[in-house]
Amino acid sequence: MLTQAKRPAPPTDDKRWRIVDATMRRQSYRPAALIETLHTAQEVFGFLDDDTLRYVAGSLSLPLGKVFGVATFYHHFQLKPKGAHSCVVCLGTACYMKNATGIVKMIGEEAGIAPGETTPDGKLSLMVARCIGACSLAPGVVADGEVLPRPTLDDVRALVKRWLSE
Amino acid sequence: MMTLEEFEGLGAREREDQSGKKGRIRVCQAAGCASCGSDKVLAALKEKLQAAGLEQDYEAKGVGCMGLCSEAPLVTVEPGEVLVGKVTPEDAEELVRNLQQGTPPTKRLPEMPFFTRQRKIALEHCGVVDPERIQDYLARGGYSGLYKALTEMTPLEVVQEITASGLRGRGGGGYPTGLKWGTVHKAAGDVKYVICNADEGDPGAFMDRSVLESDPHRILEGMAIAGYAVGARTGYIYVRAEYPLAIKILRTAIRQAERQKILGTGIFGSSHSFQIELRIGAGAFVCGEETALIASIEGNRGQPRNRPPYPAVSGLFGCPTLINNVETFANVPAIMREGAEWFASVGTEKSKGTKVFALAGSINNTGLVEVPMGTTLRELILEIGGGCPGGKSVKAVQTGGPSGGCIPAEKLDTPVDYESLTALGSMMGSGGMIVMDETTSMIEVARFFVDFCRSESCGKCVPCRVGTQQMYTVLDRICEGQGTSEDLELLERLCDTVRNTSLCGLGKSAPNPIMSTMRYFREEYTERIRKPESVGTR
Repeated sequence: MLTQAKRPAPPTDDKRWRIVDATMRRQSYRPAALIETLHTAQEVFGFLDDDTLRYVAGSLSLPLGKVFGVATFYHHFQLKPKGAHSCVVCLGTACYMKNATGIVKMIGEEAGIAPGETTPDGKLSLMVARCIGACSLAPGVVADGEVLPRPTLDDVRALVKRWLSE
Repeated sequence: MMTLEEFEGLGAREREDQSGKKGRIRVCQAAGCASCGSDKVLAALKEKLQAAGLEQDYEAKGVGCMGLCSEAPLVTVEPGEVLVGKVTPEDAEELVRNLQQGTPPTKRLPEMPFFTRQRKIALEHCGVVDPERIQDYLARGGYSGLYKALTEMTPLEVVQEITASGLRGRGGGGYPTGLKWGTVHKAAGDVKYVICNADEGDPGAFMDRSVLESDPHRILEGMAIAGYAVGARTGYIYVRAEYPLAIKILRTAIRQAERQKILGTGIFGSSHSFQIELRIGAGAFVCGEETALIASIEGNRGQPRNRPPYPAVSGLFGCPTLINNVETFANVPAIMREGAEWFASVGTEKSKGTKVFALAGSINNTGLVEVPMGTTLRELILEIGGGCPGGKSVKAVQTGGPSGGCIPAEKLDTPVDYESLTALGSMMGSGGMIVMDETTSMIEVARFFVDFCRSESCGKCVPCRVGTQQMYTVLDRICEGQGTSEDLELLERLCDTVRNTSLCGLGKSAPNPIMSTMRYFREEYTERIRKPESVGTR
């Protein structure tokens, strides 16, 4: 019960912290709950900011460095806010063979961003993935969470242009 | 303990319901078809059946992967098992009419080697059962392997049965499954764990995703049998975050199995308990390595550690841990149900059973196939896969992902088994098979894989962290037409060092794509060095 007293209060009075708390509670605030907790936090807040990392570290009695280390080790965790639209281009082998790198290059030219970046106006985030397992639909492009079936370079260009002009 | 009659009663109601129908249309709802709008097809079919007042006699149901993903969305019409490809919601009316009148659908797919040459064990229920309903699995004899193990066999007998079947790990290494189970069974300790490695990271591989999305209970059953055999009460499935549908389906499956008292405390009313928890990966390729995966479940950075001690002795939270791949577990229920001898009668002398492959790249029939071990690459790619589109010729086949190698067309008569592929400088891997045609540049393919490995290297050991970076630099120089003949020698030496001195499988196998392409396509390297103007012509 002593450890419970030391647990920090959520950084804000946002009700969504309760969802994060629930994940940690389910695993009895053990250090092994770290990755699950970061998943939940990213799910509810969209990304992991410094306050979140600090709060999770305090709650699970882990050094902040360890939490930061884990959050930066895994590609899935985002430390910056995402754009209004997101485009994930799969760079697996099957997609590579179907010119996925050409799609990344094209989006880079149209939007002026590199993989992992968001346009300054916050409209679009470009990401790359290491195989999403949709090899039969190559090249794999996930637009706002939906896998596009066998898109051509021009399909994706049109989509990106539409997003950017919104 | 539940009696046999009571157990069989679990699926009886569903069996009755199903046999009461005159026919049904099964619609694939797995990720590939779902992206092509198969949910709308299913909805349209249900609506048409209802509008025609036929729901009593016929049904439309969502099922898992049917394999031929290049024809997505796919449906199967029963009776007759007629497969129909590229179905749209507009086809629903005709399909319902076909069903009622027994006429052949216009878009039906012809009988082809893709279907006739397969032998399904791990995928036996894929595309047949509704993955979101445990009753459907029970109605087809699901969980009878677990029931048999718990009621008729001792844990040691289960281990012996798996050993006798000759099953080997399907994650790539090919370690004898029975031997691994035996080690964990014998290991001292009250607390043991079973882990299912569903971190299918090899680019170009999607077998595990399809099994999880199509027949999740099979994995739960395999794990529960393993839990009984080795003496573990807790199991973890470590599944990639990139597979949201598989995660959702597994969550439903675990909940249903717990409700039926098939998982949790007191399985079938016995004293045996086994609970399964999901752990979601976070996008690190190296977590497919067993010690890195364990570190990740423990909430740490996914960095491998030295072995021994092997996880079988000291794994998760320092306890003896059995860790197997999805497809390995998928074979277990069938072995328990049909017996070790039956399983061992399929395949070759050293590689028993079947293997699931994901065909992708420059090939006509992309999708999933399951064939007996010992099938040749030629049969797989030219007959089952239908060769390259546009009449192009096969140049090479890449197996085993970034850890594997490129096998040239002249070796296509090699039988697919663990030893033969390793002898060619590639490996079985998890089962991704990428076909490359005459227009593919092999050096660029090698560069692609090295780029993958250098970015996925966890950074713990120097040979892998620095070596893959240097390999990439040299290879990139050659690719861009600025290489010298000394570079080739340097690259060979680097490959040798990285292979022999890296800590884990990622580094040890990272040179494979370079070494295999240098071995079989050396002239492409020398040509780029001699004639830099050839850059970009391939």
